[in-house]
Amino acid sequence: MTQPAINPPDSAPWGAQALYVFTGIGAFVAFLMSALTQDPLFRFSSLIFLTAFLLAAGVMTVGIANGRFRYDPNRYEDGVIRAGVIATLFWAIAGLAAGALIAAQLAWPRLFYFPEAGWLNFGRLRPLHTSGVIFAFGGNALIATSFWVVQRTCKARLFGGILPWFVFWGYQLFLVLAATGYLAGITQSREYAEPEWYVDLWLTIVWVAYLLVFLGTLWKRKEPHIYVANWFYLAFIVTIAVLHLVNNAALPVGLLNHRSYSAYAGVQDALVQWWYGHNAVGFFLTAGFLGMMYYFVPKRVERPVYSYRLSIVHFWSLIFIYIWAGPHHLHYTALPQWAQTLGATFSIMLWMPSWGGMINGLMTLSGAWDKLRTDAVVRMMVVALAFYGMSTFEGPLMSIREVNALSHYTDWTIGHVHSGALGWVGFISFAAVYCMVPWLWKKKGLWSDRLVEWHFWIATTGILLYIAAMWVSGIMEGLMWREYTPQGFLANSFVETVSAKHIENVIRLVGGLMYLSGAAIMSYNIWRTIRMPSAQTLAAPTAPVLIAAE
Amino acid sequence: MSNPENNAPERDEHTGVDTTGHVWDGIKELDNPLPRWWLWIFYGSIVVAIVYWVLMPAWPGLHGYTKGLLGASDRVNVTRQLAELNQVRGAEAARLKSVSLEQIERDPTLQAYALAQGQSIFGDNCATCHGVGGTGSKGYPNLRDDVWLWGGTLEDIRHTIEVGVRSENPAARLSQMPAFGRDGMLTSAQVDDLTEYVVRISGRKANAAAVARGAQTYAEQCVACHGPQGLGDKALGAPNLTDRDWLYGSERADIRGQIWNGRGGVMPTWGKRFDPETIKALAVYIHANAAGQ
Repeated sequence: MTQPAINPPDSAPWGAQALYVFTGIGAFVAFLMSALTQDPLFRFSSLIFLTAFLLAAGVMTVGIANGRFRYDPNRYEDGVIRAGVIATLFWAIAGLAAGALIAAQLAWPRLFYFPEAGWLNFGRLRPLHTSGVIFAFGGNALIATSFWVVQRTCKARLFGGILPWFVFWGYQLFLVLAATGYLAGITQSREYAEPEWYVDLWLTIVWVAYLLVFLGTLWKRKEPHIYVANWFYLAFIVTIAVLHLVNNAALPVGLLNHRSYSAYAGVQDALVQWWYGHNAVGFFLTAGFLGMMYYFVPKRVERPVYSYRLSIVHFWSLIFIYIWAGPHHLHYTALPQWAQTLGATFSIMLWMPSWGGMINGLMTLSGAWDKLRTDAVVRMMVVALAFYGMSTFEGPLMSIREVNALSHYTDWTIGHVHSGALGWVGFISFAAVYCMVPWLWKKKGLWSDRLVEWHFWIATTGILLYIAAMWVSGIMEGLMWREYTPQGFLANSFVETVSAKHIENVIRLVGGLMYLSGAAIMSYNIWRTIRMPSAQTLAAPTAPVLIAAE
Repeated sequence: MSNPENNAPERDEHTGVDTTGHVWDGIKELDNPLPRWWLWIFYGSIVVAIVYWVLMPAWPGLHGYTKGLLGASDRVNVTRQLAELNQVRGAEAARLKSVSLEQIERDPTLQAYALAQGQSIFGDNCATCHGVGGTGSKGYPNLRDDVWLWGGTLEDIRHTIEVGVRSENPAARLSQMPAFGRDGMLTSAQVDDLTEYVVRISGRKANAAAVARGAQTYAEQCVACHGPQGLGDKALGAPNLTDRDWLYGSERADIRGQIWNGRGGVMPTWGKRFDPETIKALAVYIHANAAGQ
């Protein structure tokens, strides 16, 4: 730790003291919750709360006693980003491994069925995989990169003293509560919003703190303008807050009970859920990662962003149009047809606003295309943008009712999601981590560029196997479901369509395992990089006003 | 601000385009216009959306919604498609309502139709428990052999499908094998002896002394349902104990477990879910595929 500049030498900053009190109160409340409840599942979650708060209080006691938690406002807060990078890699492995396991269950249901271990059931592991990849891996990547980007492009240290650390650890606690809850069977059965009411409340506290850190940093910036990456990050943080609050509105059965009932019912409930679900894709997986792209692509290729005007127009059109597209998840259901029409047409209008980000990213490479040959990280970024472009074309296509009639409920949807998640979200995050690690740990470069090449090729092949298999099985099962015999009866029973997909399910597992191997290679490479001796000076293209903290 | 870079646009050498003059952490922006093709496709997608709104049900108001010039309606479409389907299914569907099960089997056209319908219905509703080919598994009866718990005639099968077994239907086929061991009706030793007896009457070797003791217990406890010779009673759903067909397994441990716990499966009542002619078709299909009675 560096010596304090503004704080008296013998006291921790007030923010750290406030957080210390907060952890104490939190531990006490968690203790009461676990002691008073009659509900074993609620007690299980309460004990996790209690453990977390006790650990935090213990660590803070030692830290405050030893004069830690003081900081130099003239240095960047990079420690929390380093922690974020490690958490990103940890959750990537965990989330992808859960995905590989459930892919194996789908390929060989008899072999990977564990009736005596309910927590290994597909229904519990599936949200573990989706939340693990989207919120744990993606969320940590977004928080870590946003903290890096907002500091560098504002020339200001993160706002809030110890608050960014609260955001980081608070978010990990949310993830642990969610993940253990899924395995224990705690769910409110809303896709991508499975955690129950008390976990939702905790995330709300953490998310508001995140918003404060981000806004505060923007507020005290030393640059006249706000960089486009920060628009996207801010849109992501604000909109996710709104989506989270509205979709999770629920009445708990009791204050000491894990169950709750949604504030909505019937088709309204479904529409709110898919308004949320679709905009989780739009603002978490699209806007947030576009923010990442807008910083790391020009930074890595050392070229100016292609068009400022395009970034403005595609930002606002994306934000405005995305929020209306949710009803396309409910085609041919009880949802009124007019709402389906609006969902489909707004999705079609969303095509070009989405592609604006791809154009701005790819055209930024003009004058630096040669780097594709020499730099696997740049190649990863370009492939990410290509998958982004492909899945944001596929999305509007699938939102057309007639196409959706074939694709809905089939593996085609799974393939679509994974071309976006593995290709776009995964690759742009990996590329950002490869960029940041040498900067964060002050190394000349990565331990091995060859391993980045291996990661790139194994993961890319894995994605292609995965999505090709899902296209084939999705269209096949869609056609099988709608096939009638000459006498006018369904030609195939459901189980026949399932067994027809066996080969594709095996290929999907192979693709997923390849992608997981890529992430493992990356983790090894990053670990070796961190252990390398530090470079003497941070090789930054421009000299920052602020200095990166040690 | 003090940084002059932030105010002065400069010419980018590679593209010959000016930058905007903003610089963040070394990142600059070019002042390129919106790509024409991008803009025109964007406009085009908006036009497509507007045309779609004019033609199809689209915008809600205080009283209803805009219906669209084409007058399209999912509800109307579904009704029409169901009517078309009935057209395809043709006269046989109507005839199925009035004729008896035996008449269906005697009329080749009608039987072919019933078999087609039965196969389709069986795959999505019955195969879950009875297996894709109807061959069953432990606890789920095989429908392809000639062993029937509740009777294997056309009418028996039809009735079982309609009311179910131990289902919530008040008219369900009901019977309950007692849990002789678990409920303390017999001692463990008695259950052992009874097991030997059942093994013996199913035509296998068994401990003679135990069989003799078991015969006594059988006569007191089991005869009422399974009959003096162990041939069972289809009116009660009591299985024949002398054949080689065992719902819960043929080994001694299986038989003992069944005497001890008295398990009985549940089959749902399908009468509320299917119309009578569908159930008829299903009965004909199952009957035709079994070594029928």
